[in-house]
Amino acid sequence: MKIYEYQATELFKKYGIPVTEGILCRSVEEVEEKIPDDSKPRVIKAQVHAGGRGKAGGIKIVSGKAAAVEAAGQILGMNIKGFVVNKILITEAVEIEKEYYAGMINDRNTRSVILMVSIEGGVDIEEVAAATPAKIFKTVIDPAVGLMDWQARSAALKLVSDPKLLRQATGIFLALYRLFMETDSTLAEINPMVLTSGKKIVAVDGKMNFDDNALYRQPGILAMRETMEDEAVEIAAEEKGLSYIKLSGTIGCMVNGAGLAMATMDMIKLYGGEPANFLDIGGSSNPQKVVDAMDILISDKNVKAVLINIFGGITRCDDVAAGLVTALKKIQSGIPVVIRLSGTNAEEGLQIIRDHGLEPVTSMSEAAKMAIELSKKS
Amino acid sequence: MSILINKKSKVIVQGITGRDGAFHTAKMKSYGTIIAGGVSPGKAGMKVEGVPVFNTVRDAVENTGADTTVIFVPAPFAGDAILEASYAGVGLVVCITEGIPVQDMIRVTNIIKRNGTRLIGANCPGLITPDECLAGIMPGNIFKKGGTGLISRSGTLTYEVVNLLTESGLGQSTCIGIGGDPVSGLYFTELLEMFENDPETDSIVLIGEIGGDSEEQAAQFIRTCITKPVVAFIAGQTAPQGKRMGHAGAIISSGSGTAIEKIRAFKEAGVPVAGEPAGIAGILKSGNNK
Repeated sequence: MKIYEYQATELFKKYGIPVTEGILCRSVEEVEEKIPDDSKPRVIKAQVHAGGRGKAGGIKIVSGKAAAVEAAGQILGMNIKGFVVNKILITEAVEIEKEYYAGMINDRNTRSVILMVSIEGGVDIEEVAAATPAKIFKTVIDPAVGLMDWQARSAALKLVSDPKLLRQATGIFLALYRLFMETDSTLAEINPMVLTSGKKIVAVDGKMNFDDNALYRQPGILAMRETMEDEAVEIAAEEKGLSYIKLSGTIGCMVNGAGLAMATMDMIKLYGGEPANFLDIGGSSNPQKVVDAMDILISDKNVKAVLINIFGGITRCDDVAAGLVTALKKIQSGIPVVIRLSGTNAEEGLQIIRDHGLEPVTSMSEAAKMAIELSKKS
Repeated sequence: MSILINKKSKVIVQGITGRDGAFHTAKMKSYGTIIAGGVSPGKAGMKVEGVPVFNTVRDAVENTGADTTVIFVPAPFAGDAILEASYAGVGLVVCITEGIPVQDMIRVTNIIKRNGTRLIGANCPGLITPDECLAGIMPGNIFKKGGTGLISRSGTLTYEVVNLLTESGLGQSTCIGIGGDPVSGLYFTELLEMFENDPETDSIVLIGEIGGDSEEQAAQFIRTCITKPVVAFIAGQTAPQGKRMGHAGAIISSGSGTAIEKIRAFKEAGVPVAGEPAGIAGILKSGNNK
């Protein structure tokens, strides 16, 4: 689960990480109402889940109320990488002396949380990591003891040397670790972490992601979830026990299992087609799930053919076939459907499909080719 | 021989009284696996599928001499179930449970390493040594005894590949689904090493997915430490960046962990990568591999 910058900033504040004070606005009227009439410099920032918003014009630095209102009008409603901006964060502008990076992630290889800091903040940290990996200092945190003071201090020493600043940076890293652990975070980034001309270290931008599997024990985090328009279908699918991601192709896919679903999409591409989606119906042969899945697939107007690829493991093919037939009877879309069944009780399953008047196939490659062929005709 | 499990393995099932636990206990038993007991707190004395139930893993181990456990406990309690098995001295823990928080797995994997416990999963289909032992939820009927070792991050895709191998006459020594979670038990490299040392395994199939860099590490390891032929397949070439494709681990982000990078890593290590699942058997048979 992702949250917006303004929400991450609130969490930072709660854990004692210094931030730039901000006001969230959803309309120009709100800006007029909430911003005092003065000549102070401010930063107007689009709240979107897309990187590179600065380059896209989603961040403006202005002086005074009138300029803030004007900038807000320009940014609200803007489309940044497919995300429409409907919220802006207006913060005080700080005098920046130096920009750093601080981030925390779960690392698969060391099976631990890692703290990463860099003296090259503010820019695309992935580019820094790729071009000059030596500029990123990593600390592996032992889960048995957590982030130790000396570790946080060693990381801080990579950025600053003044004793007062050293204490500030060390404190920020320790607080970030506490926040990361207590919220079941999967990513916590302060970028940039700024040294102001007033010799203070402040988090100017924040990004946090959370573990979906842990939301059951994180009611406070779950309450911060804001469903985005583009994710509405995906979340609706999730509620029905389906895992769906929309893509831009013409062949709708319905598959059991995530790995097989990805392999099916790859195969469509391999034979010259484009998958319209990723859709994993899981292990169940429940007809209702198949009906729901079909509804989602054909709600995408780009879909010209549907490919159903089922490998019967524990789920028997004849059960799945019965579910498919029930589902197909309910749906009269006119969109051609290719069904591929293989594995446990495949013969019985194939017969059920044939009795329904459809000609199923047994090989995945054959099914992909057939779906591509049909999508071009319809 | 085979690796990790064989016909002598004594298996217990944690969460045996649950719906999935009971169902798969019956399946494993009918495959020929020795199911020595089950665990379900407060239900000692009961029998499930003719298998005695114990309150704790320690009780089950002391009474049955079990060396392997398969866990079906719900996600919020699965981390603790793994720890209980580890402290009871079970050598091999197979965790089927899906949806365990990453922080739980970080804690658990670090602790059990100290106890010398081997963990497969979580969020995995388990493992099988055909005709000897099934410790998991794989459909036993598609497997055939033979010389190909298989390691995979996926479930149904594994079955797809195994079915194609079996149909083309290539049997398997042991097949392992390591699971799709971001942090889990044994990774590719540890298992590759076991297959390298197993006299019954003559070739290895590795099925990877987008996300993380386990495949890149495996490629590096194969280049230096594996002498047996290896063929790889990577799912997720068409997956969009930053999206979660069902498996928590299958997320491409930070411009690393893409299918293209993984395929390149294998090719650089001299490992052929099949373009589609149906191509794997052909490459193995041609001998045109590392």
